[in-house]
Amino acid sequence: MKYIDEYRDGRIAQAFARQIAGEVRAEASYRLMEFCGGHTHAISRFGITDLLPANVRMIHGPGCPVCVLPVGRIDMAIGLARRPEVTLCTYGDLMRVPGSRGASLLKAKAAGADIRMVYSTLDAVRIAEAEPSREVVFFAIGFETTTPPTALAIRLAAAKALKNFSVFCNHVLTPAAIQSILESPDVRALGRVRVDGFIGPSHVSTIIGTQPYEFFAEEFGKPVVVTGFEPLDVLQAILMLVRQVNEGRHEVENQYVRAVTRDGNAIAKGEVAEFFELRKSFEWRGLGVVPYSGLRLKQAYATFDAERRFDLADAGGEDNPACECGAILRGVKTPTECKLFGTLCTPDTPMGSCMVSSEGACAAHWTYGRFRDRARSAA
Amino acid sequence: MTPKAYRRRLDIKNGRVDLSHGSGGRAMAQLITDIFHEALDNAWLRRGNDQAAFDVAQGRMVMTTDAYVVSPLFFPGGDIGSLAVHGTINDIGMGGAHPLYLSASFIIEEGFPLADLKRIADSMGAAARAAGVPVVTGDTKVVERGKADGVFISTTGIGAVPGGLDLSADKAQPGDRVILSGTLGDHGVAVMSKRQNLAFDTDLVSDSAPLHGLVAAMVEAGGQDLRVMRDPTRGGLAATLNELADQSDIGFRLEENAIPVRPEVAAACELLGLDPLYVANEGKLVAVVAPKAADVVLAAMRAHPLGRDAAVIGEAIEDDHHFVQMTTGFGGGRMVDWLSGEQLPRIC
Amino acid sequence: MNAVLPDGMARVTLSGVSMEVSIALVGDVGVGDYVIVHVGYALARIDPEEAERTLALMREGGVIGSSEMMEALP
Repeated sequence: MKYIDEYRDGRIAQAFARQIAGEVRAEASYRLMEFCGGHTHAISRFGITDLLPANVRMIHGPGCPVCVLPVGRIDMAIGLARRPEVTLCTYGDLMRVPGSRGASLLKAKAAGADIRMVYSTLDAVRIAEAEPSREVVFFAIGFETTTPPTALAIRLAAAKALKNFSVFCNHVLTPAAIQSILESPDVRALGRVRVDGFIGPSHVSTIIGTQPYEFFAEEFGKPVVVTGFEPLDVLQAILMLVRQVNEGRHEVENQYVRAVTRDGNAIAKGEVAEFFELRKSFEWRGLGVVPYSGLRLKQAYATFDAERRFDLADAGGEDNPACECGAILRGVKTPTECKLFGTLCTPDTPMGSCMVSSEGACAAHWTYGRFRDRARSAA
Repeated sequence: MTPKAYRRRLDIKNGRVDLSHGSGGRAMAQLITDIFHEALDNAWLRRGNDQAAFDVAQGRMVMTTDAYVVSPLFFPGGDIGSLAVHGTINDIGMGGAHPLYLSASFIIEEGFPLADLKRIADSMGAAARAAGVPVVTGDTKVVERGKADGVFISTTGIGAVPGGLDLSADKAQPGDRVILSGTLGDHGVAVMSKRQNLAFDTDLVSDSAPLHGLVAAMVEAGGQDLRVMRDPTRGGLAATLNELADQSDIGFRLEENAIPVRPEVAAACELLGLDPLYVANEGKLVAVVAPKAADVVLAAMRAHPLGRDAAVIGEAIEDDHHFVQMTTGFGGGRMVDWLSGEQLPRIC
Repeated sequence: MNAVLPDGMARVTLSGVSMEVSIALVGDVGVGDYVIVHVGYALARIDPEEAERTLALMREGGVIGSSEMMEALP
């Protein structure tokens, strides 16, 4: 596979591993956060942890849009889907996310709700066009990568003058999330994490560019390396971060030069600006309420906004009190430090979203990495 | 002179199955004769009984049952009919047995086109003849529209085990080698390419095939040194190895670089966010073999058309946790865990 | 990309598997270009020169933006 296999070459990986081992300072500890769920998945799937020296620790950040969706919003989606006239279209990942009282879209579907998995927002528009008697709602989630596709879906629906299409918008913003990790009253109370550097998201950065991260590097003195999502990209970025930490630099570097520029994708940003505006605040699972971190449809497009169209109220569901998704999303705790991990909470019986999404820290650890727990406890 | 009974022919081209075809009357008899008997034709069916009689071999018999509910019914490289024949034969074969006879029962939805039913029956007949395993008895039911997804097929197969052979899931031991007969994921990806909501195009075809010839060659080469064989269907190789690990009270360690995957399958999985280790196969088997016989069994497999890409992909190890671990192409480690829920394409 | 299709769509291929994606978010892409695809949309064009540069640096054990060239490791 061109532009994929080359970035998965095992020999180059070993070379990077040696290079990193050679450059880390023995007495220092390097805590690097990979923000994006795609990176969490790549690290787990390729076993990158095993190639790193013991004093380089990867912390999984909250860059998994499924993981940060609060219980209340899932409840609202399930409620919508239960309406007999509604056809709810959703990305596959959301089907098993637990809402309140163990409900989920998958269970609602089994009970008869018309819920359809789609691969692209265009599929949802097609369904609306093909079935004019149905109220088709697209359950939109994601960071800046999936927001332009949602914008285009609305544009297409408007162009086709569809009267039965709307979007339940849960799009969130990456810089706001990074900021909340580094600095916020709630986070301070719950336990701030010490992070020495960030592996910046790949897809998101193709859209927003590297420019938005310059603020964090400057204000908080942390290096950021925007990175591709192939495993060699991740290793190269780790080397670059180790160097920055050693040299006392805190710059934004672009490892993903083949797809990311400083300014990002102007067309995509323009589409988003046309249809969406900032919410004053939005609740994130695990991070609490974060100001100016979420998007909603502009008033001009209210008819495509499911919340206004169906007069939805935010129910505000509650997480299981023993669920540590919040602390795990912020990198303060590891999956094994959650009492529910592996007992009540497994991929088949997920209690929290970190376990449901294949990019969640808990799912990644359970599926790919828990054999290391046994080695650790035996040692 | 008795007038010759007039029998109107079934309208295969435009006709549909209706409830009268399941009611036990003339319509049903005609459906069975004109479509099923014609396609599956053999001495037993020609006798027209509700049961098929045959002499039983000396020694051990094996029996298996399966149901086929694949959607879509027709996919590149096969259909529900050929799949039913191959899958049942393979379940028999995994016990090391030689398949002898099949039965097939059809649950058909009202309104199902006769042309499609004939196509499926003909495909089953061709598959059965090619494999040398006849469908000797069957049953037909028709249910109301909406109560079956076109057609469901349920089968039974029986076979005979060569004397002394006792392959079983609880027999794998630490040190045994794991051999895979060929590339992973072909069937699952071929079927998915035809699903409505995941439209992608590929030249890939399902690997659906009867494996009893390959199994016979393996049994001849390895005999008692074969511990267990299984075909990795739903849930893929991951499900199969996790099952075996539990049943034999062991773990496995695999080498990712040794596992054969076609570039198109890798690409489709990449595009959809799937892992080939979890995708269904219908013409592959995984065998756990005592170390001393691994080379000779592998050679026998590679000499067979259905085992050309066979490879040793790992070994069994001591492990009370029954983990299936894998050394990645990177030299790192990961687990290959059970599949959770249905394999859904990732988004992020 | 193999073909540009009507309505802002294009056909893309990876190792013989092809699908239709929207190219409404990327400006000047044409047949022969490589794109990053996500949820049915092309998000960005892959710059082949930068891709080669990254690979070359990786092979030499180097780092993007680094002025020192690292010794090639066996």
